[in-house]
Amino acid sequence: MPRDDVTAETRQSFTKVGTRPLRPDGVDKVTGRARFGADMAAPGMLIGKVLRSPHAHARIRSIDTSKAEALPGVKAVVTRDDFANRTDELRDILVNVMAREKALYEGHAVAAVAAVSAAVARKALRLIEVDYELLPHVIDVEEAMRPDSVLLHDDMFTAGVDPVPDQPSNVAKRCEFGHGEVEKGFAEADIVIERSFRTEASHQGYIEPHACLASVGADGQGELWCCTQGHFMVRDTCAALLGMDVSRLRVIASEIGGGFGGKTTVFIEPVALTLSRKAGRPVKLVMTRDEVFRASGPTASTSVWVRIGVTKDGRITAGEAVLKYQGGAFAGSPVEPGAMTAFACYDLENVRAIGYDVVTNRPKQAAYRAPGAPMAAFAVESVVAELADRIGMDPIEFRLKNASREGTRSAYGPTFGPIGLVETLKAAKAHPHYSAPLGNNQGRGVASGFWFNFGGQTCVSLNINIDGTVGLAVGTPDIGGSRASMCLMAAEELGIEYDRVRVIVADTSSLGFNDVTDGSRVTFASGMATIQAARDAVKKLCARAARMWDIPEDAVVWEGGYAKPAGANAGDFQPLSLRDIAAAAAKTGGPIAGHWEFNAENAGPSFATHIVDAEVDPETGRTSILRYTVVQDAGKAVHPSYVEGQFQGGAAQGIGWALNEEYIYGADGKLQNPGFLDYRMPVASDLPMIDTVIVEVPNPGHPYGVRGVGETSIVPPLAAVANAVSAAAGVRLTSLPMSPPKILAALEAEKGAQAAE
Amino acid sequence: MAGHHVSTTINGDAFEFVCEPDETLLDVLRDRLSLTGSKEGCGTGDCGACSVILDGRLVCSCLVLGAEAEGRTIATIEGMADGDRLHPLQRKFLEHAALQCGICTPGILVAAKALLEKHPDPSETEIRYWLAGNLCRCTGYDKIVRAVLDAAAEIREGRDAA
Amino acid sequence: MVQVRLSGTFKSYAGGRDAFEIEAANVRQLLDGLGEACPKLRPILDKGVAVAIDGEIYRDSWFQSLRPDSEVFILPRLAGG
Ligand code: FES
Ligand code: FES
Repeated sequence: MPRDDVTAETRQSFTKVGTRPLRPDGVDKVTGRARFGADMAAPGMLIGKVLRSPHAHARIRSIDTSKAEALPGVKAVVTRDDFANRTDELRDILVNVMAREKALYEGHAVAAVAAVSAAVARKALRLIEVDYELLPHVIDVEEAMRPDSVLLHDDMFTAGVDPVPDQPSNVAKRCEFGHGEVEKGFAEADIVIERSFRTEASHQGYIEPHACLASVGADGQGELWCCTQGHFMVRDTCAALLGMDVSRLRVIASEIGGGFGGKTTVFIEPVALTLSRKAGRPVKLVMTRDEVFRASGPTASTSVWVRIGVTKDGRITAGEAVLKYQGGAFAGSPVEPGAMTAFACYDLENVRAIGYDVVTNRPKQAAYRAPGAPMAAFAVESVVAELADRIGMDPIEFRLKNASREGTRSAYGPTFGPIGLVETLKAAKAHPHYSAPLGNNQGRGVASGFWFNFGGQTCVSLNINIDGTVGLAVGTPDIGGSRASMCLMAAEELGIEYDRVRVIVADTSSLGFNDVTDGSRVTFASGMATIQAARDAVKKLCARAARMWDIPEDAVVWEGGYAKPAGANAGDFQPLSLRDIAAAAAKTGGPIAGHWEFNAENAGPSFATHIVDAEVDPETGRTSILRYTVVQDAGKAVHPSYVEGQFQGGAAQGIGWALNEEYIYGADGKLQNPGFLDYRMPVASDLPMIDTVIVEVPNPGHPYGVRGVGETSIVPPLAAVANAVSAAAGVRLTSLPMSPPKILAALEAEKGAQAAE
Repeated sequence: MAGHHVSTTINGDAFEFVCEPDETLLDVLRDRLSLTGSKEGCGTGDCGACSVILDGRLVCSCLVLGAEAEGRTIATIEGMADGDRLHPLQRKFLEHAALQCGICTPGILVAAKALLEKHPDPSETEIRYWLAGNLCRCTGYDKIVRAVLDAAAEIREGRDAA
Repeated sequence: MVQVRLSGTFKSYAGGRDAFEIEAANVRQLLDGLGEACPKLRPILDKGVAVAIDGEIYRDSWFQSLRPDSEVFILPRLAGG
């Protein structure tokens, strides 16, 4: 719950926050010293490997591991029989970690071994005999929704409809958002455009594969080193799946080589722990890139239908969308946030978004940066661009005319507080990029985007050392430079130099529970906890100074890193520095530390507007991105370089999703491009510099006004690039990725249509 | 499998190791010699996280066999700084915030160093094409390219001054 | 009495009703009251929802206080990336 003692007013002036010091983990990372998931070893360590289903959908009749177990050097083999079944909310995670009755997708884990070397482990996998009964499969979201489709789960009855259907289906859930009367709104429109859009599954594409080192002793105590966005989540989930007390498992978060949402769940960690428990030795398990693609979460592929109506003078009268997201073999595609965010940028009287969460024979989707929002924004912002064009209005003017602002009733329900969409639109319009000339075959696209941002459970400890330096322990893995921001905020509060604060990501036994690093929450929530822990420490420091001076506590104030008498009446004392008070700590009452634990709320949404110029080669269908500008509201940028980095990284991922990246399946239901060669992510030569503009509309829910920034940056680019490419090609592209063959086909179709006219 | 006995030079030091015939240089560096600064992002030559310099040539160590290191000279990220003095590229990467998660950083630094040794004054486009074999998923490359440009300028100035 | 509104998904469990008046001074009382008024909703509320109060989204704050004129929405709980 939000604590009443959180300072409500937003601080205005800063000496540290907003500067760009070097990050505390920087030298380790440029010298190769930083230790990531796969960089750890333990004495007596075994190597684990996972056997994965070669079939998209199959019943597992039996698994014979006897030959593998007999192979010299093999120390443990595990299958579904080594994991107790569950019926609670962890059931899907368990089944995804190790297949039970059925293999639900190609790459689904069916067994694992631990052996003295990787070579022996690989050999052992080949000796495991799995008897599969092949079943028909379904990959496409529309096909999976058909009443005659192959069924993945015969106990899946669509939730969110009343009464509950009496037949099972692949539709896990239906959801609906909106208000007003959509049909009435469309009747008031002068122009209505409706279109259908498709997006393919893209992968988060972190360069570091999932990796862990597990060690469970005969006493039942365990230790796990792994790369994750949330080691407390890993601990709690693994302890539950293994039937361990939470206190007996200590999880240490390694440096993490990218996550983007994909490392917010468990895959190999429970398997490594189970192998280690069985073998009685440490087990290291590292996914190959092929496994990362086949078995860790990509995002949903989608089919989205949108209809929007406007008056001639540019007022949107109604918006409607139907979104179908397949999220792999289990319920939980991000269609809800898709449906909620679809129209969030617009102040609409009449709006409705209906979503369907669909299962298919693909790997279980995992969160990916603003889960669900980019695909919805792609569809809506494409139609918005087309409408602006049809009524002859500047696309930014059109958005400004309809933009959500403070007091707007959002399309998903609640009324917005202070938000920065209008500010990003105005800054985009004023940016030189927006008025720069374009050449032949070039087009400019604009799109806006929204993400909620999260807070969540957070706990921070701040220790004052004997020399006046500060040790800060946070529980949220640092995926993009957040430790630098934490040091800045602690230094700001304490009034000391940035480099006097050292920060670590503490393990699960050293700190209270922290939610996963997700929802762009870290700088907001861990930052707020850091600020409050520092204020807690300051209170104690002032109390010590008061004792040293023998005056009342409230006669001491903290200013610029010193305890000072509050005024002339308090007495005449030389100010005491943090170092002075720290040095005397043993004599004034012992160690001094600040703490804070809370459940952060009011994260404050972030909006962005992107501008992009693209050139399409009409001969080859190839697209080049010529220029890109990101304008986003950060509330308050604590370390502007890393805020810019988040903007640029999200834009680059969005460009990849728009132009190249996709999961390609064969008719056999197998993934055909599980490698970086064929799953084509943007490389340096594909991109221009990515310009950034940081807008700051303070978030009233944070003492410095901070808003999360990590996710919103991937929401607009799919649409922005599609709008640019469509403008350049002279034909509307509605299917991602806009690969050269698709663009050529669209150009051909357009030519055909023109010839027919 | 019979092990290969290999003598090689890494970052100026003599090393000896025994490896399997099918073991990659990357596995040898990481698993046998504890030089874990070189990273494995793919194992197929597509990401550049494992970049090292082999006899003056930039290679993906995941595509080189450990046995091929016999009698050769290897430079890895661990040898890039001179004691406690960072290489200008390393410093510029920090100053420009050219890393977020940092998993791609060792490979990119090794590759960028190889570039600047050949071409002390590369254009932005040349840097982008040279680094096209090094994937970074976090940064969008903007700050990386700027850091390389800046480091190149600093190294050139240093040379001119000398 | 606090007026609480339900989005479409929750509405379907409430027999199509999208607004309820509940006597509640905080979020827990609100959820309890809503579960009583609409038993089909209870398991969903128990699983975890988000509550938007005057535009601010809360995920887990039982004791967050409500004013009688607060604008309250029940929303699904979402995951981030
Ligand atoms: S690990 Fe060698 S190129 Fe990716
Ligand atoms: S900084 Fe994360 S991959 Fe480059």
